[in-house]
Amino acid sequence: MSMRPAPKIGLHFDYVMWLFTRLSALAMYALAIIGVIGALWMGARTSMKLPDLMRWAFMPEATHVSTTNVTNLLAWKTLFWQVMGGLVVILASAHGLHGVLSVLEDYLSGARLRQVLRLLVLVIWLAICAAGIYVIRIF
Amino acid sequence: MGLKRNVGLLDGLRYQGKGPMLTFILHRISGLSMVLFIGLHILASLLMKQAFSSSAGIFMNRIYENWIFQIFIFFCVLFHSINGLRIVILDLWPKLIEYQREAIWLEWCIFLPLFGFATYLLVAGGLGV
Repeated sequence: MSMRPAPKIGLHFDYVMWLFTRLSALAMYALAIIGVIGALWMGARTSMKLPDLMRWAFMPEATHVSTTNVTNLLAWKTLFWQVMGGLVVILASAHGLHGVLSVLEDYLSGARLRQVLRLLVLVIWLAICAAGIYVIRIF
Repeated sequence: MGLKRNVGLLDGLRYQGKGPMLTFILHRISGLSMVLFIGLHILASLLMKQAFSSSAGIFMNRIYENWIFQIFIFFCVLFHSINGLRIVILDLWPKLIEYQREAIWLEWCIFLPLFGFATYLLVAGGLGV
């Protein structure tokens, strides 16, 4: 069984990503709170139910409110909400894919394998970001 | 120094870490599920767009948008976010780790009513009550 090298102290990939995971979680909380406030501003109290509001807070994308009683969908797909949705996609996919990487690295060792996995995760992240932003932009 | 462990599957299953272990394992399950299913949902939504107009995308999103599946996704998102907030607070203010068990109790007290109410509304909507 090959052993994983002990974590180094200082600014390196593992520490930066450890901090990124926590800070991106806080950033996603901020985005969700802005989403809830914006939805209530646009009349969510009377036009949608709690699960719809939670869905919108998780991902502010206009098709997520298309099944509710919202009449003017255009207000929900302005440039502001598209930027918000893009930020959620970028942050959430980086956070999630790094989570997958750290789960995998709990069970797989070997320096070469870890490098390959990191590269693979980076490629998947870029692809997911591209796909998500395309879906948000083209409706 | 390294992380060398010789723990078999049965020993792993017998390990009783109680509350913290439960949140750890649920955090992993919900996180991996979200990456898989929301990743597939993004892919399916991409395939549904006019440039591709694939029926595979419609098929995958029909499963994803089903209210029964939505309950599962709601569990993953809500549990992962509330448990994640506990982890962030305890990690960034390490002195608070002393109150980990109380934090876990508080976490369930926030999670259960919110998830229960959302699930009730999803079930009521799904059954058309």
